[in-house]
Amino acid sequence: MLAYTIKRLLQGVITVWFIATATFFGMHAVPGDPLAADKEVPPEIWANLQARYGLDKPVPEQYVIYLGNMLKGDFGISYTQQNREVNDIIAEHFKVSATLGILAIVFAAFGGILWGALTALYRNRAPDIVIVFLVILGISVPSFVFAALGQLGVVNINNALGFTLFPVAGWGTVQHMIVPSMVLGLGTMAFLTRLMRSSMLEIANSDFIRTARSKGLPATRVFRKHQLRNAILPVVTVLGPSIAAITTGGFVVEMVFAIPGLGRYFVQAVQQLDYTVIMGTTVFYGAFLVFMVILVDLVYGLIDPRVRLE
Amino acid sequence: MSEITEPSAAGGFDDARDATPAAGLDWGALWQLLRLGLIGFGVLAVILWLLAQWNEGGAGNAVDAATGTVTLTLSQEPPQMDSTRGTDQVSFRILGHVMEGLLRYDANNRLVGGVADRWEGTEMQWTFHLREEARWHTGEPITAHDFVFAWRKVVDPANASQYAFIMFGIENAEAINAGDMPLESLGVRAIDERTLEVRLARPVPYFGKLTAFATYNPINEAFYESRGGRYAADAEDMLYNGPFVISSWVHGASLRLEKNPNYWDAGRIKLNAIDHAYITTDTNAVLNLFKDGKVALTSLNAENLDDALQQRWRINRFADGSVYFMELNHAPDRLTSNYHLRKALQAVNDPAELVYKVIKLPGNLPGRSLFPVWLKGVNGYFRQEYPAPEQVPDEALGRRHLAQALDELGLDEPPTLVMLTGDSPSANKQSEYYQNLFKQKLGIDIKIDRQIFKQRLAKMTAGDFDIVMAGWGPDYDDPMTFGDLFASWNENNRGRYVNPALDEAVEIARSSSDARTRMEAFARVQEIIREDAVILVNYELGSVYVANPRVKGLVRRAVGTDPDYTNAWIEEA
Repeated sequence: MLAYTIKRLLQGVITVWFIATATFFGMHAVPGDPLAADKEVPPEIWANLQARYGLDKPVPEQYVIYLGNMLKGDFGISYTQQNREVNDIIAEHFKVSATLGILAIVFAAFGGILWGALTALYRNRAPDIVIVFLVILGISVPSFVFAALGQLGVVNINNALGFTLFPVAGWGTVQHMIVPSMVLGLGTMAFLTRLMRSSMLEIANSDFIRTARSKGLPATRVFRKHQLRNAILPVVTVLGPSIAAITTGGFVVEMVFAIPGLGRYFVQAVQQLDYTVIMGTTVFYGAFLVFMVILVDLVYGLIDPRVRLE
Repeated sequence: MSEITEPSAAGGFDDARDATPAAGLDWGALWQLLRLGLIGFGVLAVILWLLAQWNEGGAGNAVDAATGTVTLTLSQEPPQMDSTRGTDQVSFRILGHVMEGLLRYDANNRLVGGVADRWEGTEMQWTFHLREEARWHTGEPITAHDFVFAWRKVVDPANASQYAFIMFGIENAEAINAGDMPLESLGVRAIDERTLEVRLARPVPYFGKLTAFATYNPINEAFYESRGGRYAADAEDMLYNGPFVISSWVHGASLRLEKNPNYWDAGRIKLNAIDHAYITTDTNAVLNLFKDGKVALTSLNAENLDDALQQRWRINRFADGSVYFMELNHAPDRLTSNYHLRKALQAVNDPAELVYKVIKLPGNLPGRSLFPVWLKGVNGYFRQEYPAPEQVPDEALGRRHLAQALDELGLDEPPTLVMLTGDSPSANKQSEYYQNLFKQKLGIDIKIDRQIFKQRLAKMTAGDFDIVMAGWGPDYDDPMTFGDLFASWNENNRGRYVNPALDEAVEIARSSSDARTRMEAFARVQEIIREDAVILVNYELGSVYVANPRVKGLVRRAVGTDPDYTNAWIEEA
């Protein structure tokens, strides 16, 4: 177990290093200059700006300097937010993205399990057909549509009520968090519903359910103790990667609801060629994803002893 | 996750269940699910509560007369609040509320005293007398040294300010910025604590207006040094001398301004707080916030104008001040360096159609000249004194020019030109309109090269285009802010247009302090640009917005702080 953990962690470190290297050279291969602005500046000022950000050195040398700083945990200063360190940006904004992501995943997990179990229970009858239709909608409609519709819905509800039930946008209070996290979790919830449904149906036909029934257990008990519990396992398995995906994929929702999350920086930095923020957010998110996957593997081994860790 | 197969014949029990589920199971299972749902709800509530402790925020309504607060949005976090290095509109907008230069613009756009209460200028020298009651928000007096320090910082090559050029009218500024002279040689000095003397390198008749520009703001040296490179990074890392101070700044989320009690003219300021509670580029989100009564102002664009019209709101418009045009590449190896090809494109250009049929947003003006209509001339407006003819499309003229161009270039058929453009919806619409126009009228194929911001800038700088959709916004209130744009030495002349006659006219306008001589020189620039088809002017940008009717005294302007809430107040409901 320990050897396995160490091996996985080492692999993770190499993966992160690879991500950092690929991003660094890919980023420098993109045409355009991070310091370019609407107004051209005289060559002398240009040279000074380049020197300030160390862009006057050859790219391989910049890479070595960059790796050195990264090992020290220093991602440098943003090009666009010129007074802010990338470390501060990540620290201040990731907690918002994480909040949004955790809520969305809780919402998606409980929703997915509930709806999935319900559809399995009412297989091929009206509730099943309606929910499965909604699930297909949830998987295929992109999140910016849900975000815009959700916001418009909130405006209309507030107007109809005459007071603010849910804020239209912004961040900070519990009310601010509910609508965006539901919108963000919708796609994952739809996916989990499908997963739960098929998992439930598969288990309904397994031998141990038949055994439980034939020995006279009450149907309710069979459902809860045997079917539901076992059906949840595959859902739990995909939760880890889902957490990472949701936390990193909130860009659109953050934009529409004016939420100060990290996703915004992650995307805008690429558009603005903000080198330090691109590197900082990519390496951070990469490490986060790698860590989540390792964590799920390890936890899965603990939960289900049949999974051999080697 | 594949769908499971139908149960086998042996699973008779399941078959029966599927067909007619036992009522007991149905209700029992539903009850289980409901319980699970309740647990989920409980877990969610606990997590929500915990997370709410971890985050902070929350905002009030659009206007709150009781507390004198107006709530607004920002399109982005201010990228650089250090006035010596700031370049963007959002930073300048905030700086305009929390800082004050020697002079400022009042509610009627007249230049009035700011930190200075008296000033006198000769052709080459200006003297500013600082008012005794001018204070930093901490209560310390503002001195002439604060200006000397800030202005030196602007031209300091180590500071690499992108707006250093705006000081180049001051003696030695350009040489210092190039690293050829020491900082101390800058032509500005504090005669005493409250007298600032400025020596100019050349006559700058509009120098007074320049001192209202954010780059000319004062900075206290001792405070600046005490922040150890973090000056203006956070709310507490600045000293304020304007009508407001930044009372809280949650990066990327909100920025709140509160009235500065130590502002010398605090009696004039009626608002107690300006809360920028939302930061988003999503214009629809801002519109929704406005509908919900949470913010006091929203800009409109082509996409959401109809929605706003349906609400029967009062739509306001104002001249944004900037001019949009197609810049042509004049490099000798480019086809567009051919005079007749440029004239052919110019002849079929129809700014009126572009503005009224394509952009379709009220407030824009069909372009006639590089110099927009609001610029002031000798006595009145420049464009009234030196009118520019309307650009009326003339297809026959265009075809004649094209024939001659093809002849001169030795081409058999109309060429293909590359049009560099941005990636916004409006840039798409406009470039496709011109692609269609030039094909139909002249048979010229346009290859649209759509690029995101930084890549477009890189291609503009490299001269990698035949035509580029560009624009120019004013920095100060004098025709020179547009006039020298196509001088051969200007870095922003991306098409590399070189014309000694234009350079000469710009030089006359630069070196003279006589208004008539200068305006006549600008009129020559205007004429050369039209006659030689240096650029094809498209339109003057107008902005359209709706504001909460209870907010009074809001000032919108082309040059300077915009929108300006320093004169605003809230009307009682």
